Amino acid sequence: MARGPPTGPTWVSHGCGPRIAALNAIGCACIPVHPLARAPKALKPGPLGWPATVRATWRYTGAIAVIVTQGLDRWRSLSENQGFEKGHKSRGDIALELTGAEIFVRCLHDEGVEYLFGYPGGAVLHIYDALYKQEEVKHILVRHEQGAAHAADGYARSTGKPGVVLVTSGPGATNALTGIATAYMDSIPLVVFTGQVMTHLIGDDAFQEVDAIGITRPCVKHNFMVKDVRDLALIMRKAFHVATTGRPGPVVVDIPKDITAHKTSYTFPQDPTLRSYKPVREGDPMAIRKAADLLVQAKRPMVYAGGGVVLGNAAPELTELVRWLGAPCTNTLMGLGGFPATDPLFVGMLGMHGTYEANMSMHECDVLLAVGARFDDRVTGDLDKFCPNARIIHIDIDPASIQKNVPVEIAIISEAGLAMRDLLAALKATGARLDKAALDAWWRKINEWRARQCLQYDRANTEVIKPQFVLETLYRLTQGDAFITSDVGQHQMWAAQFYKFDKPRRWINSGGLGTMGFGLPAAIGVQLAHPDATVACVTGEASIQMCIQELSTCKQYDLPLKIVNLNNRYMGMVRQWQEFFYQSRYSHSYLEALPDFVKLAESYGHAGLRIDKPHDVEAALKEALGQRDRLVFLDFITDQTENVYPMIAAGAGHHEMHLATDRELA
Amino acid sequence: MRHIISILLENEAGALSRVAGLFSARGYNIASLTVAPTEDPSLSRMTLVTSGSEAVVDQIRKQLNKLVDVVKLVDLTDNERIEREMLLIKVCAEGDERDEIKRLSDIFRGRIIDVTDRAYTIELTGDGRKLDAFIAVLQSRRILEVVRSGVIGIARGGSACVPDAP
Repeated sequence: MARGPPTGPTWVSHGCGPRIAALNAIGCACIPVHPLARAPKALKPGPLGWPATVRATWRYTGAIAVIVTQGLDRWRSLSENQGFEKGHKSRGDIALELTGAEIFVRCLHDEGVEYLFGYPGGAVLHIYDALYKQEEVKHILVRHEQGAAHAADGYARSTGKPGVVLVTSGPGATNALTGIATAYMDSIPLVVFTGQVMTHLIGDDAFQEVDAIGITRPCVKHNFMVKDVRDLALIMRKAFHVATTGRPGPVVVDIPKDITAHKTSYTFPQDPTLRSYKPVREGDPMAIRKAADLLVQAKRPMVYAGGGVVLGNAAPELTELVRWLGAPCTNTLMGLGGFPATDPLFVGMLGMHGTYEANMSMHECDVLLAVGARFDDRVTGDLDKFCPNARIIHIDIDPASIQKNVPVEIAIISEAGLAMRDLLAALKATGARLDKAALDAWWRKINEWRARQCLQYDRANTEVIKPQFVLETLYRLTQGDAFITSDVGQHQMWAAQFYKFDKPRRWINSGGLGTMGFGLPAAIGVQLAHPDATVACVTGEASIQMCIQELSTCKQYDLPLKIVNLNNRYMGMVRQWQEFFYQSRYSHSYLEALPDFVKLAESYGHAGLRIDKPHDVEAALKEALGQRDRLVFLDFITDQTENVYPMIAAGAGHHEMHLATDRELA
Repeated sequence: MRHIISILLENEAGALSRVAGLFSARGYNIASLTVAPTEDPSLSRMTLVTSGSEAVVDQIRKQLNKLVDVVKLVDLTDNERIEREMLLIKVCAEGDERDEIKRLSDIFRGRIIDVTDRAYTIELTGDGRKLDAFIAVLQSRRILEVVRSGVIGIARGGSACVPDAP
């Protein structure tokens, strides 16, 4: 990975010869005294006693200070080398005196952190200095802190491991906030470290001070401020524990600058538990037995599975359970890939832009099994018309999700995978199967709804590129095996509808918060985690411009993303709502001064292609996918007036869908 | 319906704002809220009075339990309980009124804790309705200032809202 420029002042970790030479050449007057350097009286002897230069110059001041500084460097490098020995693999079994900054880096390493996404600034400079002197934790320099949070988020969603972010105080923290809120809404495990001004300046409106704990509070699972360097390691350990267990979520750790300079002994804390935080793992066996008894009697069963299945790595358990039941299965936007999209039991995504068959099955089912889904308003529509005939079983790890929006008959508070494993065992233990004749009749009905082909569009068009066609072609060419990140809007819905995800963690999008600008930086995190995989960012000309600066990050780290820009010169989803609900008054949804995306990509050092005819779509995608070692920006000029169908208007019921063919209520 | 919820909270900076922030962010009501450290200095006791439909109060309890700083939560409404609130009231007391206010205070088992030649400050403890009644009685006089502590409560009998054994 690229490091800083080879010329700047370097910190030599194995001795201080070159630095002394450089200092002598500069002369005393402009010696940069290292910010961590303290007055000699504050020094403590290292494990080898006082460094010789410190001893020799103890009584002198003034011009000799430079030698003291050099001595400090030597002494520090001696003590540091114990903390950062190459190939250090032990997890905190030796107590060491380290600075907060060094403890920070050691803790990340001991926590198993591979990548740290960040952007330096005043309050985190000690940490950046410690990062410079090691190679275990790789730092990825983004171009905007929002990009750091989204990139860590993409890393987390595609791997299941926590994403880690480091930003400075003030604007660093506020810029990261959108990314933190995005992760919060989708329950993504992030640990975000924000620098803070020195402890004695907190509350004084100091330069780059912001109350990071206060502003992040409503959009984190928890946050901590470090007030003593002796607490740093344990707080970091707790932060990772809280972020990754139970219902995952982002955790912010605010670290004042002086804490990163203070020293203490370091051991990796073994026990991260908190007395006030005990996430549930397994569900109540009685509730599971009741659920099995209810499910096995179902005549028109339906399984509705959400992002919790993906987050809980429960796709195999879901697949096995659904196949045993023989029931139709739908996924939410966040749950796509949780059940194989090419399985005949899959009826597509549900909700506002879900399939006709998925929504009608929800409306008509008699027993609904909801797993890792939170009955979001984009899924349920009008709550009074939601699943009017169904008795509902709800599996969720978060007790607060139960009965929040929809009353349910049986609640199982558990990890999704464990609950479904136990539920399947309980079903088998009943010795019964679902009524075959009833199930056949149910599927006949579903297949009638399927026959409406709600996702059809004008495939024959040879004049103008239909966005759906681009995504269908992308799906075909990548054999459904790419990682797809997306921004927010029409392109997101089309990608969800037309790219059939058979595996979890392949579909990376901002579902809850709906953050435009998410797709490109998220793809950075995905590609770093999966260097050999095809990673495509499906976006639009409005969304991509919200974090376009990250094209520069892609260049720095040679990330061969494929950017599929569906360019219709409109904020498409805004335009669609304005057409439907505001009598086509397109208020500020038209983008009049777009950049030339091909030239823009090229100026960042990437390849760009503009495609404006349907017959060029396949060749362009093939060309881009064939470029294994470079980023290709594909600018597809698409139909300006295409709308996303089917659609349930906000506040309508599942049975009140608009289909593209008739634009009437179904 | 009115609910009185007793919460054991980590005694840490920001814990109170997490609870207060939750109520404002989710649009829940707070009628009163008191908080102070317990015999264990690492724990604070918060007593919160709220109201809402059963579904809303159920969500309030769950969302409070979800806060990482909340160690234990008990809805005292479900139990036989004792509720207390303290009132400090400063009332204008001149001429004949001085005796009458003193008598009223005695009837309510209040105590006059500060006296000037023109005013009394009275301390009164009881449940909320008793304090309301006392204020109503003094309403016809000139009330200078009313300070109420907010409700605290405890379950009757042997059960106690303490941290679970580790």
